[in-house]
Amino acid sequence: MIEANASGQLFGRPPAPLKSVIDAGAGGGDGRPAWLEHETVLEKSVKTAVFVVVILAVLYPFLSVLATSLASEPDVIQNGGLVIWPEHPTLSAYRTIFQGGVVTRAIEVSIGITVIGTLLSMAVTTAMAYGLSRRIVGGRFFLLMALTTILFTPGIIPNYLAVKQYGLLNSYAALILPILVNAFNLIVLRQFFMNIPSELLDAAKIDGANDWDILLQIVIPLSKAVLAVVALFYAVFYWNDFFRALLYLNDSAMWPLQLVLRLYVVQGAPLPGAGDVAENAPPLESIQMAVVVVAMIPILMVYPFLQRYFTRGVLSGAIKG
Amino acid sequence: MSAVDVNRAAGTLGGVRVGTATPARLSLWTRIWRDRLMLLFVLPGVVYFILFGYLPLLGNIIAFEDYLPFVGFDSPFVGFDNFRSMISDTAFWQALSNTIVITLMQLIFYFPAPIMLALLMQSVISTKIRRIIQSVVYLPHFISWVIVVSLWQQVLGGSGIFVHTLRDLGLPAINVMTEPGLFKALATSQLIWKETGYATIIFLAALLNIEAALYEAAVMDGAGRWQRLWNITLPGILGVVILLLILRLGLTLTVGFEQILLQRNAVGPAAGEVLDTYVYFKGIVGGQWGVTAAAGLIKGIFGTAIVIAANKLAHRFGQEGVYS
Repeated sequence: MIEANASGQLFGRPPAPLKSVIDAGAGGGDGRPAWLEHETVLEKSVKTAVFVVVILAVLYPFLSVLATSLASEPDVIQNGGLVIWPEHPTLSAYRTIFQGGVVTRAIEVSIGITVIGTLLSMAVTTAMAYGLSRRIVGGRFFLLMALTTILFTPGIIPNYLAVKQYGLLNSYAALILPILVNAFNLIVLRQFFMNIPSELLDAAKIDGANDWDILLQIVIPLSKAVLAVVALFYAVFYWNDFFRALLYLNDSAMWPLQLVLRLYVVQGAPLPGAGDVAENAPPLESIQMAVVVVAMIPILMVYPFLQRYFTRGVLSGAIKG
Repeated sequence: MSAVDVNRAAGTLGGVRVGTATPARLSLWTRIWRDRLMLLFVLPGVVYFILFGYLPLLGNIIAFEDYLPFVGFDSPFVGFDNFRSMISDTAFWQALSNTIVITLMQLIFYFPAPIMLALLMQSVISTKIRRIIQSVVYLPHFISWVIVVSLWQQVLGGSGIFVHTLRDLGLPAINVMTEPGLFKALATSQLIWKETGYATIIFLAALLNIEAALYEAAVMDGAGRWQRLWNITLPGILGVVILLLILRLGLTLTVGFEQILLQRNAVGPAAGEVLDTYVYFKGIVGGQWGVTAAAGLIKGIFGTAIVIAANKLAHRFGQEGVYS
């Protein structure tokens, strides 16, 4: 639209036909372009139906898990395990898993890995992205080196041998160091830093600031939003990671939550302490689903923040470069 | 065009640094000294990429060795013996054929799904409704595979609503989660459920980049809905589609490792083994290091070759591809 106007001015006359088409539909203010034909009732209902199905397909599993985790014994027995709506909701499943023991321990491990991992990743990624956002000696080479790892990754066995060689087997460092820097996150940050006007940084330099001051006092404060999103990405990744724990940790006492979840929910191993014949003990299904809910809660908590940036298109701009 | 476009990204490196009016005349050491702080910032990341991106590649050497864990990399050299025993292993061929079938199913059913969903979402005019749809469909991407499998078990497993409905209708109750014949369809559906929504982001961005003036002009020329889709929208996003297709092809032999590892035991290796799980179970669990390193190496070389070939092909058709 802007271009049409510009070209109109260029030729010294207003682009009359276009303008009238645009003005014709401008009244609604609902973002509908004027040239777009209205949908028929059939089209509209088919589209609505598709979206309803998609949304239900995404949300139903979450609701089902939540309902089961809150169910008590009679709710579960009543309908052969299927709980649509717990009529006697109880938190006893959650009480059981937080009583200590395997799940509590795994939650602590997962939180620790996520917090420490995210902090380390952010420190290394931010520093590297800033370094590569300005023209420095060797910058092109280092950037290429990081980008190539997106396409070509070592396989499972070479990775395992490397971790073993570095003496990281059976340590929590093996869950953090191998995934410390994500090349995509690096690109997103670098792209953002590159858009900070260099006049700003040059002015600071003339005032006697060095690169360290500039990073801490100008670049980071200006990039809080994008840094928060990248940090959330790292956090979600650390929280969700189960494969490295499976590969590198032999001692099941060290397991993070995702691995515990795999053992007791996906593989259905009996949870120690659960399934006691004590009265009012929560049903096994509820305990399993409570573990699933607990593993999802941090994700669901940060999700609104993550999602806000996507719908606003902040990150997609950066991704497209 | 994208973050992966290495040459172009490097060509637009940030602004000129203060005091570098004649960079060509400075010696290397002067420039290193000038950029010392910036290089220090870059250093930890570079060390990371060397330690965990490049040095592990050397570990592939054991594909040519009779690897003994207590001897390490100095294990006896055996030439191509590992490749020979890999070729004569029926489990390898089973895993390879499963992998290829799942990859093809993903290409046919999963790859177009986000494009179609993005087109559909684009056609929703109300921003509010579009945001609601977006927040719902992006969600599964952020959930780990362990949880996704748990969720699916809950819905499709023995006590889920699916089996209940079948029973209520008087049909035989099938547990989709443990049915070997349905495993490949299950794995593909799970991928569609988890990633379709999130994958729309890049297509939505590409759709936004198409100039509105093109549509206006087309409407004035009398082009209908489908003509515009075919002649403006699809060509407009073709570059992104091809870019993603090439990246996807590079993953031809990498089909959802975590996802399949989690469910392989429920359906058995005949239906559920793929190359990556073959390497994991036979190598890391079973201790056959050399053979599985050979399988992994073949897989890596194949993935690289297919990316290069697909990129060449894209160039031939006048597309940008992943790199130039």
